[in-house]
Amino acid sequence: MAGNNPMHQFEVHKIGPEIKIAGVDLSFTNASLFMVLSALAICLVLFLGTKEKRLIPNKMQLISELFYNFIAKMISDTAGSKAKPYFPFIFSLFMFVLFCNMLGMLPYSFTVTSHIIVTLLMAIFIFIAVTIIGFIKHGFGYLKLFVPSGVPIVLLPLITVIEIISYLSRPVSLSVRLFANMMAGHTMLKVFGGFVISLGVIGGWLPLSFSVALTGLEILVAFLQAYVFAILTCIYLNDALNLHH
Amino acid sequence: MELEAAKMIGAGLAAIALAGAGVGIGLIFGNYLSGAMRNPSAAQKQFPNLLLGFALAEATGLFGLVVALIILFAF
Repeated sequence: MAGNNPMHQFEVHKIGPEIKIAGVDLSFTNASLFMVLSALAICLVLFLGTKEKRLIPNKMQLISELFYNFIAKMISDTAGSKAKPYFPFIFSLFMFVLFCNMLGMLPYSFTVTSHIIVTLLMAIFIFIAVTIIGFIKHGFGYLKLFVPSGVPIVLLPLITVIEIISYLSRPVSLSVRLFANMMAGHTMLKVFGGFVISLGVIGGWLPLSFSVALTGLEILVAFLQAYVFAILTCIYLNDALNLHH
Repeated sequence: MELEAAKMIGAGLAAIALAGAGVGIGLIFGNYLSGAMRNPSAAQKQFPNLLLGFALAEATGLFGLVVALIILFAF
């Protein structure tokens, strides 16, 4: 019955021996395996791309330059030139999320980003980092973020409360967006795959063609969610670096 | 009413959130298209904003899905 359950693909199980340090389970699981794999894949692509630096790039170099230019342009468009020191962080964040999503699209693989603990950890890290950067750059003036200018004085208490709530809900919305997209997509693919089996040779072609189209959509979503995750990080950084209010 | 049945009904009701996501995604793409038809030269520059709006609108629907899953599996 486990094979028919669409949630079965998200189960974490141990690979190798059980490791416990101070009562905390630190065993190597399939989730950790795919995190290591995606990190290695990123290193491989970027290493092969920058191995021989040609004026006229070959294919691998073109791919690495494409990634680099894409992120560099995104940061300068959304957060301005002040955000340049944070390029390595946002680049690694984007690449990690992208490769985790894309590795998850392989059949029988495991999607790391479909677990909320992974995305929530990244989102909370971003949230705390952005808050600290904001307070370092502007001191207590950073609190002006919660008091927009040009608002009637009667509405100001209400608006401030809403701004604070929306600021505090950033890590939740950032992580839930990525996690829910990945999990919903993979569950949907599995459900349509189940339809193909249950309808058999005669009726199974319709869900099969849907399944193919959905796989294409899921690859688009995998890229798009990595992009959105990175661009929202840039927007939050922009709030912290260039205080507009 | 049985608790199990109430859970199922609640999870089904939470899926209504997808209606809002559908309206939102339709509005974004429709408005982008009509804007791009009026001024095709400006369309390319707004493409990243289109993707961002699409992802933000889709996410609100998926929050409903998360509520459904919490009802079904967490309680």
